[in-house]
Amino acid sequence: MFAIFQYPFIQNAFIAGSIVAIVAAVLGYFLIVRGLSFAGHALSSIGFAGAAGAVLLGVSPIYGLMVFTVTASIAISILGREIRERDVATGVIMTFALGLGILFLSLYHGYAEQAYSILFGTIVGVSRDDVVFTFLLGLILLAVIAIIGRPLLFSSFDAELAETRGVPVRALGSIFLILVALAISITTQVVGILLVFALLIGPSATAIRLVHQPLRVILLAIILGLTYTWLGILLGGNSPWPVSFFITALSFGVYLPVRLLSKGVDSKRSAKEFEKLSVVDSHLAAKRDRHD
Amino acid sequence: MIDIFRHDFVQNAFLAGVIVAIISGFVGYVVVLRGQAFACEALSHVGFAGAVGAALAGASSLEGMFLFTLLAAIGMGALGKRLSGRDIEVGMVLSFVLGLGVLFLSIYTKNATGAVGVLFGSILSVTINDVQVILGSGVFIIILMAVLFRPLLFASIEPEVAEARGVPVQRLSILFLILLALSVSVAVKVVGVLLVFALLVVPAAAAEHLTHRPWLAITISILISLIATIAGLTFAFIGHWPASFYIVSLTSLFYFIALVIHAVRSPRRYRELPHPSREVLPPPV
Amino acid sequence: MQEPIIRLEQVDVQLGGRIILQNIGLSIQPGEFIVVLGPNGAGKTTFLKILLGLIQPASGSVRVLGQTPKVGSHLIGYAPQHRVFDSELPLRGRDLVGFGLDGHRWGIGLPGRSRREKIDQALKEVDGLDLADAPFGQLSGGEQQRLLIAQALLTDPRLLILDEPLANLDLAYQQDVVALIDKVCRNRGVTILLVAHDINPLLQVADRVLYMARGHSAIGLPDEVITESNLTKLYGSPVQVVHTLGRYFVVGAEV
Repeated sequence: MFAIFQYPFIQNAFIAGSIVAIVAAVLGYFLIVRGLSFAGHALSSIGFAGAAGAVLLGVSPIYGLMVFTVTASIAISILGREIRERDVATGVIMTFALGLGILFLSLYHGYAEQAYSILFGTIVGVSRDDVVFTFLLGLILLAVIAIIGRPLLFSSFDAELAETRGVPVRALGSIFLILVALAISITTQVVGILLVFALLIGPSATAIRLVHQPLRVILLAIILGLTYTWLGILLGGNSPWPVSFFITALSFGVYLPVRLLSKGVDSKRSAKEFEKLSVVDSHLAAKRDRHD
Repeated sequence: MIDIFRHDFVQNAFLAGVIVAIISGFVGYVVVLRGQAFACEALSHVGFAGAVGAALAGASSLEGMFLFTLLAAIGMGALGKRLSGRDIEVGMVLSFVLGLGVLFLSIYTKNATGAVGVLFGSILSVTINDVQVILGSGVFIIILMAVLFRPLLFASIEPEVAEARGVPVQRLSILFLILLALSVSVAVKVVGVLLVFALLVVPAAAAEHLTHRPWLAITISILISLIATIAGLTFAFIGHWPASFYIVSLTSLFYFIALVIHAVRSPRRYRELPHPSREVLPPPV
Repeated sequence: MQEPIIRLEQVDVQLGGRIILQNIGLSIQPGEFIVVLGPNGAGKTTFLKILLGLIQPASGSVRVLGQTPKVGSHLIGYAPQHRVFDSELPLRGRDLVGFGLDGHRWGIGLPGRSRREKIDQALKEVDGLDLADAPFGQLSGGEQQRLLIAQALLTDPRLLILDEPLANLDLAYQQDVVALIDKVCRNRGVTILLVAHDINPLLQVADRVLYMARGHSAIGLPDEVITESNLTKLYGSPVQVVHTLGRYFVVGAEV
């Protein structure tokens, strides 16, 4: 079973997959806390158009992915603030982008394989160059999140208060979406556009039901994400079935019992745990108590 | 140009397209009202797995879609109380089922083009049998929507009051998801799994920006859906690009036009409303 | 004395294994304006749900309008706790009010003149005719509250249950809504159960006060119920009551 590790493409897959799993877990937590899981899904679909367009132009799909997703995330930041508005408007753009992608694919005659790999992932087709690129980009993303993590978390839990404390809430939100866009681009390599959600949201969604302190949630999410990815590659490498399926199945398979058996996402309690990070003073704590 | 209507596949395409457009316009109104656009997405992805799975089992893709989406609808309905908005449960089910679809696809590599048709729409290969099934489904959906209309709206907007009035809120939610599952399955025939949103959500969202009168909104929603579908099909027959692309582009266009009209027409009384009750004091009497 | 419109005897309520209400006994006469007070989690909403037939008591007897509470009774009008309506909600004022009339009936419902007249009538009663065609989500909290009351009144109920209708309203609008409820209900002779956090805006109109805390209750005139000994007993911890300037201030406890 572990014999497959002698193959360089499996090694590449492992390295790329690991960094992607970590980035996805971290950003996924923020996506959930900010209620943006749909936006994550939408961005990946928009990425599809970019990737297909890139293929049409004869360029590597990941560049098209990145350009489209980053542009889209900027656009989403500017568009509607009201929750419902964001859903539908995001969805409209997403669907139009998918339509574009379909158009591009239909125009490009050698499309089937490329389309397949964009849609469903080809982690085992990752080259050494891709690994280096993914690794570097992943490091940059993690570094940025480490820097903006605290104020971002603050503004995710209590935007109004954060603003009065001088946190640039809107700017952080926009930066965050750009980070998500880039994360989606590299996650797509592992599981494909349609299944990004499983690796991006799955581990965090599971973790947030099990522990409450933000740092612990992220840590658990990382562990889960890495486990799914490693096991996925192992199982996929040893069977004729796709890696992306295994990762998705593991992600869902663990999420489902946790979801059914745990009491519920306690955002109030998460907020309380956040306070213990001593970012805020007793003023915020008092405000929380009043709302209880 | 009228000559093309001699061909069966053209007639079938228009017939199926028109029926689906009407269904989508009507059901879509409630989808947008309830904020269940994401659930719609999830069901369409579930439909993908169902279609590919059905091909594996030798059944028709429509049957596979019906079965899988119905099961998923019941599952989602039972899981969440109202499943509105961007619930994680929906997204997780969505990716898992897509993963299943990927699995089936990799096993069943023979019919890659079939899968593409499910993903991107295959209105031009609709058979007369398909049309009959779609028509039957359409009649069923419309009748049921008409019967459930008032309590469904009530339960969507004010679930607690509705419950106190004896409306079976939870069961209606499941029933509506089932109707949505059916609508999604037939819509997939026209625009494919990835673009179901364009038919089911976008026209209704556009309409709901233009008016607050329920029946006017439903009418506009159906109209937009119809125009986009008919025009889209026509362009597809004249030109070389996929029908689903035209249809999606047209609905998106309508949506943004509606947004503009809305922004121009109604300056909001209160700009930012974190609480709907943040008030301006009444003028002194 | 008439038949009480609400009567509870030795009622216990459990939810999910937790005891919510213990040995509740009270009776309310038709036409009374009762204000229900008490801290969050005291069981006020549970009590309302018992009256609406949505929850069954573990033991004891509940009689509303002479019968065991049944879900869907037209004789009870209900406006639940503060709901946030989407500001883009694609419905007009009259659409929402109309739910109160026939939102629970199957079918599409034909728009008849009598239906429109009934809705207009209810709107007129709450002074909300000019809000009829406005987008509901864009109305202020006070305006929405008025329409929701109209909605609850549409089936000509004998009992009106309002769960925190004054929450999140500015003081000026609170006065408006209180005056409206009082006027409408004196005119119709409807019994009112109004849940609130503060008795003061309601002192002029309340007949009696029902105070609930930690699963227990006490009912009576404000003077009788809002006393230090009563509240200390109810809360199980020291509470001070200051009655001054025609108002009650409860100190040391969450109201």
